Amino acid sequence: MATVAISAERENYLNQEYGIRSWLLTTDHKRIALLYLASITFFFFIGGFFALLIRLELLTPAGDLVQADTYNKLFSMHGQVMIFFFLIPSIPAVLGNFLVPLMVGAKDLAFPRINLLSWYLYIIAGTIYIICIVTGGVDTGWTFYTPFSTAFSNTKVIEAGISIFIAGFSSILTGLNFVVTIHRMRAPGMTWSRLPLFIWAMYATSIIQLLGTPVLAITLLLVVFERAFNLGIFDPTRGGDPLLFQHLFWFYSHPAVYIMILPAMAVESEIVACFTRKRIFGYNFVAMSSIAIAVFGFVVWAHHMFVAGISLYSALVFSILSYLVAVPSAIKVFNWTATMYKGSISFTTPMLYAFGFIGLFTMGGLTGLFLACLGVDVHVHDTYFVIAHFHYIMVGGAVMGYLGGLHFWWPKISGRMYPEGWGRLAALLVFAGFNLTFFPQFILGYMGMPRRYWQYPPEFQVLNVLSTAGSTILAIGYVLPMVYFLWSMRYGKIASDNPWGAAGLEWKTASPPPTFNFDEEPEVTWEAYNYEQIPAPAEVNVER
Amino acid sequence: MLSDSPIAVEEHGPELLHHFANAEQQRDAASLGMWLFLATEVMFFGGMFCAYLIYRYWYYNEFAAGSRSLDIYLGTINTAVLICSSLTVALGVRAAQMGKRKLLVILLLLTIVFGFAFLGIKGVEWYNKYKEHHIPGPSFNVDDLVRDYPQIHIDPRHEQIYFSLYFAMTGLHALHMIIGVGIFAFLTFYAWKGRYTPKYYTPVELGGLYWHFVDIVWIYLFPLLYLIDRKPLR
Repeated sequence: MATVAISAERENYLNQEYGIRSWLLTTDHKRIALLYLASITFFFFIGGFFALLIRLELLTPAGDLVQADTYNKLFSMHGQVMIFFFLIPSIPAVLGNFLVPLMVGAKDLAFPRINLLSWYLYIIAGTIYIICIVTGGVDTGWTFYTPFSTAFSNTKVIEAGISIFIAGFSSILTGLNFVVTIHRMRAPGMTWSRLPLFIWAMYATSIIQLLGTPVLAITLLLVVFERAFNLGIFDPTRGGDPLLFQHLFWFYSHPAVYIMILPAMAVESEIVACFTRKRIFGYNFVAMSSIAIAVFGFVVWAHHMFVAGISLYSALVFSILSYLVAVPSAIKVFNWTATMYKGSISFTTPMLYAFGFIGLFTMGGLTGLFLACLGVDVHVHDTYFVIAHFHYIMVGGAVMGYLGGLHFWWPKISGRMYPEGWGRLAALLVFAGFNLTFFPQFILGYMGMPRRYWQYPPEFQVLNVLSTAGSTILAIGYVLPMVYFLWSMRYGKIASDNPWGAAGLEWKTASPPPTFNFDEEPEVTWEAYNYEQIPAPAEVNVER
Repeated sequence: MLSDSPIAVEEHGPELLHHFANAEQQRDAASLGMWLFLATEVMFFGGMFCAYLIYRYWYYNEFAAGSRSLDIYLGTINTAVLICSSLTVALGVRAAQMGKRKLLVILLLLTIVFGFAFLGIKGVEWYNKYKEHHIPGPSFNVDDLVRDYPQIHIDPRHEQIYFSLYFAMTGLHALHMIIGVGIFAFLTFYAWKGRYTPKYYTPVELGGLYWHFVDIVWIYLFPLLYLIDRKPLR
């Protein structure tokens, strides 16, 4: 065990061992992160394929490309794939897996084998879901609402339910690993107040994964039981209560929104501090706002049910609580902006994504306030306004954060630089394509176009054409990074250990890091984001 | 819990995994991991307890009648069996701490025996329900309850909700028991091989935590399912 360190100079986690076996049986958190990266990219493109089919169908008012039943399956599977197989694992399982041990100065996550188990659970879940797609798909919407899912739908609800049940345990195990690692594996001197904000947000995310996901698991299990054995727990004709299902479902699925957005905020804090070369403004507030979002996130779920028949008084309470979530979210946005003030900003690719994130997340967040308002929600409920709102959060927020983070840490992950010019082009394409796709949907929704229909009145066509055109640009923006990331693995410029001149322990080890992360155990004697002590790098040649 | 990380690096013993600095850090990590896992289990069962709460409030008569139809003697014996098994687990952890290998093996085996006894008795109860057609599904029939309790109004559809929850809750509990017996089989094997010493007995302790948790779930399930209303009817 102690014989490794001798020839460690050139060895890193990528070249230490070769062969498929060394990957599939690895317990190295960095390799598992790459396994996740490959798998979630696969599912991202499947989900994206469904999205493009949806947009193509909506190019014309008539239902001409697909029939209603197929359309129902398309949006259901788009939602389930994107949420459970891409967004939930995206930043935590890829960037978090790679970075959490590096950032706290540990050799690995606390439970490396459980980490590998979580990837295998994900793969099993994914395989079942692919089988579900191939054998006919599922048409319940991503929400599995009862009694449609339990009594009426004649699609593969049981397969989808079991698949997502298993994917949930993969997510739980990742969260559990992070919490224990952050508590117990920090390097000497790495106090809680010296932790990068990435770690704080990841900690909050993990708490939600731990406490929320089991509730989804038992809910889906009850749906599967009810459908398989014809029980009636959620069937109103037999005394069951569909609202109970909705409560249980949203108890997880609203906090799940924060599982998706908090990690993007985690990435945002790192990028903004690095490319303004300043200590983040209000460290304590940004750290605590992550925890506050996790806590408030658990008590707002019924705002998804304002028109489902809950009592006016509980709707009122949930409406007020939903407004409250805006406070910690706004604290973050203001603090990032304040960090940029008088900062020395460089417009690198990660920073472009970070700018995009702030703008789009702000729009998504503000329209969320419209929806938290009882009166307005009645008007826009189940319209494209809602679709646009949560895509601004999940695509404009979470995916931008993910892509920004991937570019930011790519030199560390691969040991190579991505091509900066192409990177910036892709970032701009994503931003432009995204807005063109989803901004028209705000207007469509406000005009009354309902979600989940495969055809619409002709007067909505212009805005729908704009949206479809935007989605094409967005698709190019997403394919580009995949191409040049793969290209850069072979042909990219060799990256130095710290190409951005960034603070943080992960930049103090080699690029790519050795298998046990640090050649000698780090001891932290400095505060987080001590950019005043780090010289700006010469090699980032971008306009200031 | 919020204290700063340890760390004096010590000689790596055979049980100490490479990425931990010392045995204390490894033990703390494992134990925190187990407690967090148990927290997820609380939430997992919590969803069903929530459903139970609502339907019991709405369909009290059906729940009370269903509860009466359960075998209170078998249920009570099973509760006693589980409490005894928790005792043997607690004593087993103590035996591991003291380094008494033989005693540890005996106590772990006793726990497994209690576990099987519980599952056996539960199986008999389920079989009785099967014979009475009380298992939800196509052959579900509660005419016997309607006949036995003419004093209260029983809607068979609502009675089915009671039995659905009964089987879901006791079924998932039994699944946890089966997993627990599996874990204890492993522990017994390694205890017999002499792997656990007063310096290293974390697996026994964590297995014990899991077992106690499953036990506590039953401590809630028993009164909620069996003891809703046992007063003689007028």
